[in-house]
Amino acid sequence: MFHIFCPYCQEYREEEEFHPSGQAHLVRPADPASVSDDEWGDYLFFRDNPRGIHHEMWVHRLGCRKFFNITRDTTSYEILETYRMGEQPSITAANAEVRREQGVQTADGGWQTVGAQPENSRLNEETPS
Amino acid sequence: MSEAHSEASVGNAATFDTHPGADAGVTPESPLQWSRVQGHVTEEGGAAEQIRVVERPFLGHLVLRGGAITLDEAVRAELGVSLPGKPLGLVLDAEGSRSVQWVSPDEWLVIVPAGEEFELENRLRARLGDAHFAIVNVGGGQTLLELSGEKARELLMKSVVYDVHEHGLPVGKAVGTVFAKTSVVLRRPTEARFELVVRRSFADYCVRWLRDAGREYGLRVESASP
Ligand SMILES: [Zn+2]
Repeated sequence: MFHIFCPYCQEYREEEEFHPSGQAHLVRPADPASVSDDEWGDYLFFRDNPRGIHHEMWVHRLGCRKFFNITRDTTSYEILETYRMGEQPSITAANAEVRREQGVQTADGGWQTVGAQPENSRLNEETPS
Repeated sequence: MSEAHSEASVGNAATFDTHPGADAGVTPESPLQWSRVQGHVTEEGGAAEQIRVVERPFLGHLVLRGGAITLDEAVRAELGVSLPGKPLGLVLDAEGSRSVQWVSPDEWLVIVPAGEEFELENRLRARLGDAHFAIVNVGGGQTLLELSGEKARELLMKSVVYDVHEHGLPVGKAVGTVFAKTSVVLRRPTEARFELVVRRSFADYCVRWLRDAGREYGLRVESASP
């Protein structure tokens, strides 16, 4: 059980209300008829499986029912940020280390650290990990 | 009831009144009808229990979708309340019998007394004209349960994953959340009561869950006969 910050409801909500929907930022070929089978196959079936920073689409299924994006570390499961559809991530594989050094990210399990912070950081410590 | 009264065409949308008139020969049945037949729902009134659950059947439920500014003007003109612009907002009119609830950034749920929704939908459509919007009457798909009593909050704590403490769910807030493995809309219209908007197909399940979870406090589910 952990909390995810919904960028539309603008508060932390139970994981149970959400559902993951795969890799984010996939772009459909503008003219499907003109792409090769390989390109179309890549778009339709092939997904990244990175070790580390991953951008994924989630849906607040039982809340506002909006899709949004999550930047997640696949090695620690830590959610680094959530952001609306159409927006770009502020944390990427290229800048993750820099962000970490800047103290944007904390090592506390479960809480995302960009966007709204939990009012009380002790909440993190009390959460068994 | 004449055809002309129950159907209308405003702009390019055909609308119809979902409430059969008294002379239509149709007995309306709320989503709790099966629970009533099973004896899980009783007539309104009776001895006071620690928790009261009262169904408000056949209310007019309309879903409005579109831009906040466009819809706000129309809703203010027709209902006299402004659209809750903040996420999770719930506003009531002066009487407390009509409400507008934020559902998502471009979606609001309007609940009005039974029979008002047909005229309201037509007036909103006329007022919104060519604006980019959608209005859907969802009254047939859901029903509203009011929870009150000193133990109502404790009952909810056992049933929903949402924080129903005063700081999580103050008056004027409404959320969609998980209720006993199904989904509900949980609303806090006043200090004294909570509201659940439950789906028709899950209404009996929700009632039986409430009865079971409320057994230790004493709980009755009531609904007035149509
Ligand atoms: Zn949400």
